Amino acid sequence: MLEVEGLSVNYGAIRALRQVTFSIAKGEIVALIGANGAGKSTILNTISGIVPAAAGKINFLGKDLTKTPPHRIVELGICQVPEGRRVFARMSVQENLEMGAYTRTDSREVSRDLDAIYQRFPRLGERRKQPARTLSGGEQQMLAMGRALMARPKLLLLDEPSMGLAPMLVETIFGIIQEISKEGTTILLVEQNANMALGIADRGYVLETGEVVVQGPAAELAANPEVRKAYLGE
Amino acid sequence: MFWQQLLNGVALGSTYALIALGYTMVYGIITLINFAHGEIFMAGAFTGLCLVSYFKTNIFVAILAAMVVCMILGVVMEFIAYRPLRRSSRLSALISAIGVSIFLSSLALMIFGADAKGFPDTSFPVRLIRVGSAEISTLQLLIIGISALLMLALQFIVQKTKIGKAMRATSEDYNTAALMGINVNRIISFTFAIGSALAAAGGVLVGVLFNAVSFNMGLMAGLKAFAAAVLGGIGSIPGAMLGGLLLGISEVFGVAIGYSSYRDAIAFAILVLVLLIRPTGLLGKKIVKKV
Repeated sequence: MLEVEGLSVNYGAIRALRQVTFSIAKGEIVALIGANGAGKSTILNTISGIVPAAAGKINFLGKDLTKTPPHRIVELGICQVPEGRRVFARMSVQENLEMGAYTRTDSREVSRDLDAIYQRFPRLGERRKQPARTLSGGEQQMLAMGRALMARPKLLLLDEPSMGLAPMLVETIFGIIQEISKEGTTILLVEQNANMALGIADRGYVLETGEVVVQGPAAELAANPEVRKAYLGE
Repeated sequence: MFWQQLLNGVALGSTYALIALGYTMVYGIITLINFAHGEIFMAGAFTGLCLVSYFKTNIFVAILAAMVVCMILGVVMEFIAYRPLRRSSRLSALISAIGVSIFLSSLALMIFGADAKGFPDTSFPVRLIRVGSAEISTLQLLIIGISALLMLALQFIVQKTKIGKAMRATSEDYNTAALMGINVNRIISFTFAIGSALAAAGGVLVGVLFNAVSFNMGLMAGLKAFAAAVLGGIGSIPGAMLGGLLLGISEVFGVAIGYSSYRDAIAFAILVLVLLIRPTGLLGKKIVKKV
């Protein structure tokens, strides 16, 4: 579904990504793991079109994304849940969700999806008129995920969904990610919490200073002694 | 006397508010102080004047036409002078804005000359209506009425329509708005269009109020409206409305109690005070550094 080939990204003189190659098949959950600053978020933002690629190709369903503007990429079926959730703090919960559906014109289906989101996340339904800044961290993460789902993405990009959440909430969020995957959405998951990420992913890639250093089925990575040592806290 | 002055202040303040809205909306989205905004106001005043003088249209048609002309002018200005500098430093865009400002006022000087021009007497019948101890002129009614109508319309667009919500989203978080599929460039053009249309309406109203339209009228009005936007809290739409009204009222009362030679200084004294005491303005949001 998505093939990234030889992708390099520069921030000024600093090379943030070096010749990164990976792919995601339809229906998969793929995890990108690595330390802070390894380039995980840069990959997602380059796919989403808000960071320009210096070299390489990003092919999504037969279209190259490297020269496509961000709003067109959402129309093509890729939506991102950014790091730190980035909900629109002064807008209401409902308005946030409406922004997720911004590119859609099928208003009847949109309001049906809105109901579905409120069913999946009842807390959001109770707070639909409240400004998003009044939500707790976990609720904001749910709102950010609900907002991205409102776009009906074919490929969902998740950037650090566990960040700053209590362990119980992390379990809940990862349960929801699995549900979303079962409903047929392909998922690219960026995580520092390698344990959790490899627990639900089909395959994984390990990034180090902008390069892919190890890749393979998630179970294999989780068993790899070096990965365990570097990222699983052993 | 008090009510009379208050009324005069509200009428003047509404025109400041109309201009201040453009500053604040543009700043809210691209954090640029559009110093050419006062010249858009001036262009609106000239457009209105031409229509009334040469095409003998009534004042309402003139206001509407000025709004349309300035909408286009604002969008073109953004496209030529600011968009290419979007990824440059904020200072470059600011310098470009000052350049546009000088260009537009020089252009007006070339076309219309240096003398202030007045609206023909027939353009709007001014009558005085007694309300209690105060007198309200039909001109003040026109100014307050049109300003209120435009601000209500703006509030509706920003709060209820899809593009208005996208404007708010973009002003809160530019990148995340793009990630939601919002065409940020289109939102920026739209913001310039709306802000310029409001300034144009303000331009025609001020032109009729003072019966003077000149190439350099945008400078002082623009600076005062900028002060009003800062007073209300730059980036805040209700703040710009409130700041405009307060500034207009302070100016009129300042003149009434005998400081008429300091008329223009009042706005800037307020600007300095706000920046010293409460830089975020009356309704401005706290500045939180994003990590």
